[in-house]
Amino acid sequence: MLRKNKEIESTLNKLQSTQAQLIQSEKMASLGELTAGIAHEIQNPLNFINNFAEVNAELIDELNESIEKNDLSEVKSISGNIKDNESKIIFHGKRADAIVKGMLQHSRSSNGQKEPTDINALADEYLRLAYHGLRAKDKTFNATLKTEYDPAIGLINIVPQDIGRVILNLITNAFYAVSTPKSPKGDLTYTPTVSIKTNLIKSPSGDLGAKRSIGDSGIEKIEISVSDNGPGIPKSVLDKIFQPFFTTKPTGQGTGLGLSLSYDIVKAHGGELRVETKEGDGTEFIISLPA
Amino acid sequence: MNILVVDDERDVQILFEQRFRKEIKNNEIEFAFAFSGEEALQYLNDNNHGAVLILSDINMPGMSGLELLRHIKEKYNAPPPLVMMITAYGDAENYNTAMRLGADDFLTKPVEFNVLKEKLKAIQ
Repeated sequence: MLRKNKEIESTLNKLQSTQAQLIQSEKMASLGELTAGIAHEIQNPLNFINNFAEVNAELIDELNESIEKNDLSEVKSISGNIKDNESKIIFHGKRADAIVKGMLQHSRSSNGQKEPTDINALADEYLRLAYHGLRAKDKTFNATLKTEYDPAIGLINIVPQDIGRVILNLITNAFYAVSTPKSPKGDLTYTPTVSIKTNLIKSPSGDLGAKRSIGDSGIEKIEISVSDNGPGIPKSVLDKIFQPFFTTKPTGQGTGLGLSLSYDIVKAHGGELRVETKEGDGTEFIISLPA
Repeated sequence: MNILVVDDERDVQILFEQRFRKEIKNNEIEFAFAFSGEEALQYLNDNNHGAVLILSDINMPGMSGLELLRHIKEKYNAPPPLVMMITAYGDAENYNTAMRLGADDFLTKPVEFNVLKEKLKAIQ
């Protein structure tokens, strides 16, 4: 009996460590998707830093010339420019810094701590990274990005790197959906479009709240929706998409863990991940979280 | 010379204004700025395609620089403005596509402003 228990315990431990490894490998895979985007995103602020620093070096020479000439108004104007450029250098330095920090945060094992997070900023950051990442890998890829962020959302208590991963996964999927070969209609006017929307949803006590106990005056939740106008998900696979290891991608190109992990993360936040899709029209994934 | 600069990074405007401060002061070059391909087309429509030279970033959300290039070269043919493409990815594919669509020149980021100034002088 004791021996049996030991065996079960050891098997359980092995399973848990395998699961942790799988989650880590899925994280690293999605980091790979981001790498090119991150490189592109860092390149721009670095270019600005180098350029504004060079301009300032030139301006300081001109400043000295103007001092020699006793041209006080020119001195003032140049020193004003130097100061403005300086603030640009600081701004873009911080921008590059934030990108690197975000990248480290993404690859690090989550400490599971919830913290008040600006959902709109989080969504926008991952949208940009995913977009530039894909563009760097596939130069022919282009998509119209539509964003609609509800400013009323404020800060939501979540584990940012976990929800960030869910958003990234949904965006990456949406890009994949609009980049796969087009509908048999061969529609030339097709514009690949990926939209991300956030919403604060209040249910007044007279509505959904009516079924709840007295004093429970209206519940609030937020929704993050990621939609595409790709081919949609066929009915035959729709009930499988949240299953671990289910993928429609060619072997070696997808772990089949993206949506399954996303589902678990949203559940762990007390939320819900649902999908609405229509073949030929597109797909919408909606994350809802308690506000 | 009128130059329209198209880039989704807004600070490009301040950078160009600083880098070309002497040329702007001496009225040698006048700059206009657009922050997307769509804005650039709007500007060209509103200003009777007054820009002589368009410097465009390839990698922009929405209409890409290459699409913008195609629109310009197809629509404004009497004579179309010069278009110089700028991209962070100096790969053969982007280069070939840009040239096929009628780009007049191709630069990679980070822009060497000395090189760009030389090129602009040659055009003038």
